[in-house]
Amino acid sequence: MEECAPESADQEFILRMENIYKSFPGGVQANRGITLEVRSGEIHCLLGENGAGKTVLMSILYGLYKPDSGCIYYKGKKLDIHNPKDAIRHRIGMVHQHFMLVPTLTVAENIVLGQYPPWKVLNHMEEVHERIRAMSDEFGLDVDPTKLVQDLSVGEQQRVEILKALYHGADLLILDEPTAVLTPQESEHLLKFLRQLADRGLTIIFITHKLEEVMEVSDRVTVLRDGRVVGTVNTSETNPRELARMMVGREVLMELKKSQTQPGKVIFAVRDLRVRDARGLEAVKGVSFEVREREILGIAGVSGNGQTELALALAGLIDCEFDEMRLDGQILTKHDLHRLHRMGMAHVPEDRQRMGLILPFSVAENFVLKSYRDEPFSKRGFLRFEAIREYSRSQISKFNIRVGDIEEEIAHLSGGNQQKVVVARELDRHPRFLLVNQPTRGIDIGATEFVRQQILAQRDAGAAILLISADLEEIFALSDRILVMFEGRFMGEVPPDPALIEQVGLMMAGKAAVPAD
Amino acid sequence: MVWRNFGKRFRRAWQSIGLPPIAILIALLLGAVVLWLAGYDPLIAYRAMWQGAFKDLTAVTEVLIKATPLIFIGAGLAIAFRCSIWNIGAEGQFYLGAIAATAAGIYLGSLPRAILMPLVLLLGIAGGAMWGMLAGFLKNRFGANEVVTTIMLNYIAIFITGFLVTGPMIETKGLFPQTPRISENAWLPRFLPPTRLHLGFIIALLLAIILYILLFKTSIGYTIRAVGTNAEAARYAGINVQNNILLAMGISGGAAGLAGAVEVAAISYRLYQLISPGYGFDGIAVSLLVGNNPLGVIFSGILFGALRSGSEVMQMNARVPSVLVLMIQGMVVLSVVAFGVYRAVTMEKEE
Repeated sequence: MEECAPESADQEFILRMENIYKSFPGGVQANRGITLEVRSGEIHCLLGENGAGKTVLMSILYGLYKPDSGCIYYKGKKLDIHNPKDAIRHRIGMVHQHFMLVPTLTVAENIVLGQYPPWKVLNHMEEVHERIRAMSDEFGLDVDPTKLVQDLSVGEQQRVEILKALYHGADLLILDEPTAVLTPQESEHLLKFLRQLADRGLTIIFITHKLEEVMEVSDRVTVLRDGRVVGTVNTSETNPRELARMMVGREVLMELKKSQTQPGKVIFAVRDLRVRDARGLEAVKGVSFEVREREILGIAGVSGNGQTELALALAGLIDCEFDEMRLDGQILTKHDLHRLHRMGMAHVPEDRQRMGLILPFSVAENFVLKSYRDEPFSKRGFLRFEAIREYSRSQISKFNIRVGDIEEEIAHLSGGNQQKVVVARELDRHPRFLLVNQPTRGIDIGATEFVRQQILAQRDAGAAILLISADLEEIFALSDRILVMFEGRFMGEVPPDPALIEQVGLMMAGKAAVPAD
Repeated sequence: MVWRNFGKRFRRAWQSIGLPPIAILIALLLGAVVLWLAGYDPLIAYRAMWQGAFKDLTAVTEVLIKATPLIFIGAGLAIAFRCSIWNIGAEGQFYLGAIAATAAGIYLGSLPRAILMPLVLLLGIAGGAMWGMLAGFLKNRFGANEVVTTIMLNYIAIFITGFLVTGPMIETKGLFPQTPRISENAWLPRFLPPTRLHLGFIIALLLAIILYILLFKTSIGYTIRAVGTNAEAARYAGINVQNNILLAMGISGGAAGLAGAVEVAAISYRLYQLISPGYGFDGIAVSLLVGNNPLGVIFSGILFGALRSGSEVMQMNARVPSVLVLMIQGMVVLSVVAFGVYRAVTMEKEE
């Protein structure tokens, strides 16, 4: 590393990262000369698509990676950080995308983990509890220090992570895509809370790829693309369209072109479907619907109102009861659900990492997850690697998926590219009936645009599509009809008229304008 | 196509198992300190150990003979472990295979050699597979944890053997708790006389290669690995997870049963109470040591065979107590495993 001056040349900023370079074995250049300047007490958004280098840059600041070259100044002085412990000592806190909490310990135990030697922890627990309660009240976080982390919801766990950073006296708080795991309400709440913290003088770096969040919460925003800084702008002087262009490097269609189509015959229909969740409670309480040829039926609703169970049941992955179910005119029994994917159904699951992909498998192996037993990928029981590779390569270029080597583990791909693999695999089956659950959750704007276009293309090609999404904007952009789900029932059907968004919002909260069918 | 890259695959397997000589060396140096502290001359002890394993052709073949059951069991367990089924019951499956093989060798002894010999081996496979699949069935049907059930089934298998060799199947003279000899028509041929090296070793090598191909080159292997790495995704892809649990238990049980049958048909020619000195448990380490790669099992199996063989001689000739011998064996295993873990961690860091 070249020599860095002991003091920052520019004292205006609390943090200056100068000319940071970082590459990884295998030739990935994550950061190529990034300079980031953050003012004290501001909320600074770090905006970029997946793989732009945001998380790597912040991991360098937090001591998780060592930069190849570059200088970091913090509070005017040169900063040497070798591990997260150094970062915490310098009052830098980070909330990772995947929480770093021990599920079997209490909130308080997690917060002081590593702070005291083991034989002293017990002596301090009472005062720790007191302090956490006081802080929780002060910030309105509603965190009970004696609860086990495994009993907390995702939103609560995130509050614990933030509290942990504050407890250790953080002046600079880094949040890595904090809203990716939250419901819209929780997100709203979080953004307000961050604003409060900033007003108290805390400096916040907020990693995201969601434009609305940037506009809503930040003071300034730095846009990264391919490991470089595209620019830093004041939020008040920009707009989503400009940010999207900076982020993607080209004009982005903020609105999809949806052609008018005439829905054809009914492809999939179910009457009085009931599904129990893992705890044995009825999560889907008798719903009926049908999906037609060349039609997208959108199911809107806040996460956790039975959508997950509905999708799993239709995919044959959990048990369910129903009066009648038909696919393409054929009457289905419960037994048939297990082999629907052999009868022309495709399924883009909600959780691509846990269900849609096998992360330690290669990209190529994941492409054939549903077809490896069929010709040409298998012959007389033997896998035909040439055919698998060739097919994977053609899919990668067709769907414009960014992959270094198709033999590499798919875990190394960015979220957007992983989702593209799932979508490519499912759509290539030319399904008659397509079940799509949260297709663009947590993926960047470029991939989102692409995935949505693909779904529309399938519809135009004649598929019947059931789209489940907690993202209202997505539901309105894609659907031909919208059903609103609340506590396991449909609150009613509305057309995708933007004027009705408010009404749908009310129905999502359980206030039915139209009685359930 | 499978065979074209075989040289490369073999080298890669060797690297992946990497049994680093340096790790073994470190363990032996530590062992030397222990020996010295206990009042033995490490040089003499290790010379005896070396000679026990490699002195002459007989010593080497004895190593391979000891490695044979370990290769069978380790290769089978690699399949189960890849499927995330923790089969601790290879010991019991070995016994069941030995029982089935002995019964066939005694009661069907009049069959011609060309029929009896394969039949004995097949029945051994069937016995072990049945014992393994029983644990798989209990897991599928009642959710019984396979670690618990396979350990329990070990005891049952060992006690069944004890009962058989002291009661119904005891030799006609009735002096020792053992069965009579099996028919000579069931004996596996030995080649390379006067050594005891037998056909079973070749079968073990073949099995390791076959299971390697099964695991990495066939759709069955893909299925097993998919179930083992992410059962949720496997179910989503339309794979029947329960069937694959049964299959993996059947394969690993069958391999252990075959080991038992070979032990009877090639070495002991009869069944007695403690016919396995813990092969089923050593097999676990043999498989884990090479990251559950059936091909790598060949090397780790031979390493374990050499350790066993060498330390027996060390115990006899250098008069080192068996406790110390076992300790040195343990240190070698720990050191090799620690080396593997260290390498995996550093590789991850580089990523």
